[in-house]
Amino acid sequence: MQTQTKKNPILLILLILVACLFVIPILLVFMNSFKGQFYISDQPFSFPNAETFAGLDNYIRGVEKTDFWSAAFFSLFITVLSVGAIILFTSMTAWYITRVQNTFTKILYYLFVSAMIIPFQMVMFTMTKVANLLFLDNPIGIILIYLGFGSGLSVFMFTGFIRGIPTALEEAAMIDGCSPVVTFFQIILPILKPTAITVAILNAMWIWNDYLLPYLVIGSDYKTIPIAIQYLRGGYGSIDMGAMMACLVLAIIPIVVFYLAAQKYIIEGVAAGAVKG
Amino acid sequence: MSKLLKRYYPLFLLPTLIAFFIAFFIPLIMGIYLSFTEFTTVTDAEFIGFQNYILAFENQDFLNALWFTLRFTAVSVISVNLIAFFLALALTKKLPGTNIFRTIFFMPNLIGGIVLGYIGLLIINGILLRFGVTLTYSPAYGFWGLIFLMNWQMIGYMMVIYIAGIQNIPPELIEAAHIDGANNLRILRHITIPLVMPSVTICLFLTLTNSFKLFDQNLALTNGAPAKQTQMLALDIYNTFYGTIGAEGIGQAKAVIFAIILLIIGCVQLYFTRRKELD
Repeated sequence: MQTQTKKNPILLILLILVACLFVIPILLVFMNSFKGQFYISDQPFSFPNAETFAGLDNYIRGVEKTDFWSAAFFSLFITVLSVGAIILFTSMTAWYITRVQNTFTKILYYLFVSAMIIPFQMVMFTMTKVANLLFLDNPIGIILIYLGFGSGLSVFMFTGFIRGIPTALEEAAMIDGCSPVVTFFQIILPILKPTAITVAILNAMWIWNDYLLPYLVIGSDYKTIPIAIQYLRGGYGSIDMGAMMACLVLAIIPIVVFYLAAQKYIIEGVAAGAVKG
Repeated sequence: MSKLLKRYYPLFLLPTLIAFFIAFFIPLIMGIYLSFTEFTTVTDAEFIGFQNYILAFENQDFLNALWFTLRFTAVSVISVNLIAFFLALALTKKLPGTNIFRTIFFMPNLIGGIVLGYIGLLIINGILLRFGVTLTYSPAYGFWGLIFLMNWQMIGYMMVIYIAGIQNIPPELIEAAHIDGANNLRILRHITIPLVMPSVTICLFLTLTNSFKLFDQNLALTNGAPAKQTQMLALDIYNTFYGTIGAEGIGQAKAVIFAIILLIIGCVQLYFTRRKELD
């Protein structure tokens, strides 16, 4: 087909309008984060002026009220370590249940698959109790919980990919005397890299933004970013909109930076993940 | 080889399995059992048969939430998929700036439900202010606010999947149809749509389950206001567990019903759209 770009002004204008609709809400939050808190709800669409401009007051108050930096640290800590654990352990499990074929591994596979569709509310209460009982209600323990919850989708995606890898390579390695551990890390894991990136992205998006699970498991002692933001709603009704806008901006910035840096992988990963899902 | 590998199960299998059982499988079995009991702390459970299920179905909040969720799911599945599909069509026409548009449309998907919910709160309340009302004035505002949020978040995701599907169509097919005199509409109906059916299956499934399970946006945008009328199922279950004294058993029964409805809807949808896929 043609390689040069086509011209279709009406479609292009339409796309630009939709794009504006997508971006403007975020810009409005940014703009409002510099206005005094009582001017935000009253006139959200006007630029800050001499009267309404509040400088960095909202940021200072928002960070202080929510202990934002500590929340950002826990969000990062939990997301990075959980995703790391998920990639490492579920890829090993997926390889095992694909290559060791018996009734047990078949049952396991179906258990993992069925776990993907069960809604969180189904296990919310009991899981929180179990986590308390086993002393998993801290930022380290929650990594194990995320490994358990993330294993359904991740094992499913890894097995889908591993089934397509010929066994000749790994058999040759083992005949040459490599143990399964060496074979896995030297041969299988490098081949799994594209799938691992997809699995990492899908899990990172979920864990970073997750609210209810961390709130129930560690929320009374530790905040992640979504918990910190929800915390600003406080008791009945009133929200400090100034602090809220500032915290929303602080929450969005790392996501946008990460997205623009890793865009290619994220979009390809999501598309690839969907094809297998 | 598998015999050698088999002995390594403590390393390859156990870590994931232990986590899976602790975080998911044991709580699942406990949850199903507890839905037939009266309890407050798990250890004091007393078997009461289907009593919780009867109470759940007699609970007006639950029925309202179910009806609200079903309506919300229907509207958001249709709107998200229609818009996402047309954007995908537009972005596969080799227009200038395609990559920039794709980047922009996908971005809200990375922002979490809580953050999106409060951004929505600012915008929607700002618009409603012109008419002298707020989001909590009428459940209709909350409903359409949530629809707006869902579209904003999910369109980009679904669009990316549709784009991948459309790009998989062999260009020769479309060229051949052009030569045979088919117009664009016929090509869309007889070539593009049938060939992207696998993408349609996935997108419908993802939007269906995500809409049905929606929680964060609901909590941030309306928190059920006014008077629990914009409360969806997930939020109703949460409030039954943590906002009502002595209703844990009913909450668990509601959660089981919630899971069963989701399973049925998901399976029915997969069955019907899979049948339309071409091999």
